Amino acid sequence: MASNAENIENLVGQSYEAGFYTDIEQEMLPPGLNEATIRFISAKKNEPEWLLEWRLKCYQQFLSMTEPVWANVTYPSVDLQAISYYAAPKRDEDRPKSLDEIDPKILETYEKLGIPLQEQKVLAGIAVDIVFDSVSVHTTFREKLAEVGVIFCSFSDAVREYPDLVRKYLGTVVPARDNYFSALNSAVFSDGSFVYIPKNTRCPMELSTYFRMNAENSGQFERTLIIADEGSYVSYLEGCTAPMRDENQLHAAVVELVTMDDAEIKYSTVQNWYPGDEDGKGGIYNFVTKRADCRGKRSKVSWTQVETGSAITWKYPSCILRGDYSVGEFYSVALTNNLQQADTGTKMVHLGKETKSTIISKGISAGKSENAYRGLVRVGGSAENARNYTQCDSLLLGDRSAAHTFPYIECKNPTAQIEHEASTSKISEDQLFYLRSRGIQQEDAINMIVNGFCKEVLKELPMEFAVEAQKLLGISLEGSVG
Amino acid sequence: MLEIKNLHVAVEGKEILSGINLTVNAGEVHAVMGPNGSGKSTLSHVLAGKEGYEVTKGSILFKEKSLLDLEPEERAGEGVFLAFQYPIEIAGVNNVYMLKAALNGIRAYRGESELSSVQFLKMVKDKVKAVGLDEGLLNRQVNSGFSGGEKKKNEIFQLSVLEPTLAVLDETDSGLDIDALKAVADGVNKLRIATRAFIVVTHYQRLLDHIVPDFVHVLSKGKIVRTGDKELALTLEERGYDWLAEENLV
Repeated sequence: MASNAENIENLVGQSYEAGFYTDIEQEMLPPGLNEATIRFISAKKNEPEWLLEWRLKCYQQFLSMTEPVWANVTYPSVDLQAISYYAAPKRDEDRPKSLDEIDPKILETYEKLGIPLQEQKVLAGIAVDIVFDSVSVHTTFREKLAEVGVIFCSFSDAVREYPDLVRKYLGTVVPARDNYFSALNSAVFSDGSFVYIPKNTRCPMELSTYFRMNAENSGQFERTLIIADEGSYVSYLEGCTAPMRDENQLHAAVVELVTMDDAEIKYSTVQNWYPGDEDGKGGIYNFVTKRADCRGKRSKVSWTQVETGSAITWKYPSCILRGDYSVGEFYSVALTNNLQQADTGTKMVHLGKETKSTIISKGISAGKSENAYRGLVRVGGSAENARNYTQCDSLLLGDRSAAHTFPYIECKNPTAQIEHEASTSKISEDQLFYLRSRGIQQEDAINMIVNGFCKEVLKELPMEFAVEAQKLLGISLEGSVG
Repeated sequence: MLEIKNLHVAVEGKEILSGINLTVNAGEVHAVMGPNGSGKSTLSHVLAGKEGYEVTKGSILFKEKSLLDLEPEERAGEGVFLAFQYPIEIAGVNNVYMLKAALNGIRAYRGESELSSVQFLKMVKDKVKAVGLDEGLLNRQVNSGFSGGEKKKNEIFQLSVLEPTLAVLDETDSGLDIDALKAVADGVNKLRIATRAFIVVTHYQRLLDHIVPDFVHVLSKGKIVRTGDKELALTLEERGYDWLAEENLV
């Protein structure tokens, strides 16, 4: 029997397919963080004065804050002075106007990752914004989307072209002082995606941003802002990869979503940052703040995430259910292997009447990894008849990994209904034997069981990405039969 | 086809099977009967390759290959199938999807090409009718929320799709009412062909009214204590297992 546990552990080896590095000419700021760094980034992007001032104010707030230590993760404190805060392909000087002007090596990088940028080759109906280290290198279908009034562009372009919109919403969902990493991001963010969906518009295609960290010793601090105006709908997906490196790299992003009356945003993430090697060397520190403000009545935000990468994940995509009858959803699969650590979950803050939230979290721990769900459900005094349903399931592979659940519930309204269900199970030897006795290889059998375990979450992903996510789960569990 | 010689099996150091000898030829149906704890399920599990059983002595040859050297999925590839006494539920995994992966796994083992979804679904449609399984169950999660009878029918349905040469039915009658029992037995009878052998493990004679065996073996304390034809099963039904146990002591 013991040998079976070992077999399972051997099976969940790791092969990271996105681990290559692209050798391109780049402009990189020397490591270090001070006011001059921020002024440099802002000047580089020809930012208006108000934005520079905002950044500097955020930096002052950041200086008064300390790194959070409450998460169930251990790592040496990040030396922020050792990181470069700006790395961009050289060609940024004269930004590419068309694909022909993009460095072919960058195009190649995305081809290798399975993301062709030529619009005729792009998966039908998906527009992509490509963020390479600190800058957005290309956004596809911009013009086509503009025909229906949808704005989809890099954050830098948005600052230049739609300053009023950016200024109106930036930092209103995640204030700079929210936490240490959001304050840092607010000071030094370099690029990201911006989306605005006008009133009563259903975005005609899926939007997606693909993040790639390429440069050495750099951090990625992107900023995403999505505004869905009254009665609009958009489905948005982000994907992430990075080369395999021995050093840890910091990724501290901020994502802000705003939904007005009757608007809906479906936000999906397939996160595949480099997780480090099997001895825990290298990998991305993914310290991300994602929050949605359901300002409007009957508005809805749905977060779906499949997390297989990063050495350390610290991330809680949240919903502030401010508008009456607004709905928040969180569907998550977090898979950790080897020495990966994840502390992830969500916050659902019910402020409006008749607000509803659903949390489905699936944690899978293999190797010697640590996987924690941390979630807060808060019902304010004014949230009459608020409802929450939470389900947290953990699946353990082998006998050296760990799963933890930290649910927090704060309820100030007696009419609220809050349900919490949790389960922890080991991958069952009976299930494995059943499938193997039918002729299915052990590795495929584990894959099948894990995918089945995640099904409730995977079915929330847009079709193309569900397939990608399933493959990714497979790769993350891949290895040789021991 | 199958030759079990002097098979000794222990679980956690305790001997469960103490020298089983059994030869099964193509086209034959062998019933293995015995009281609780006689080692019937152990024999089924060892044939299919379940872990946790230590073979301390003896051999199992299947088509001239040593079965004990093969992994469970390799045994399936060679043509061994076990219908479980308690079919396992697998949440989130579609019944047909699993079966397609199984069939293609077996085909890959034999160096045959994969069946396309279209070919597979056509075959499934034909076979599901033959075993009398509700078609609605095809796209449900594996065994999840199935009644006892549905689970057993699903096992026989899998058998019909995977087309093994040796099918081991482990207490397929347990937990079935008489109608379900008949339906399951009908399904099995349709699958009796000259190239396929069955080992039917059961506690009660009633299943053998419907699946009529060529041989009946009685297992007691880890040994086959008596072999006969279907009449032996009737005698057992009448006189109970104690009769044999006593006789054996004399």
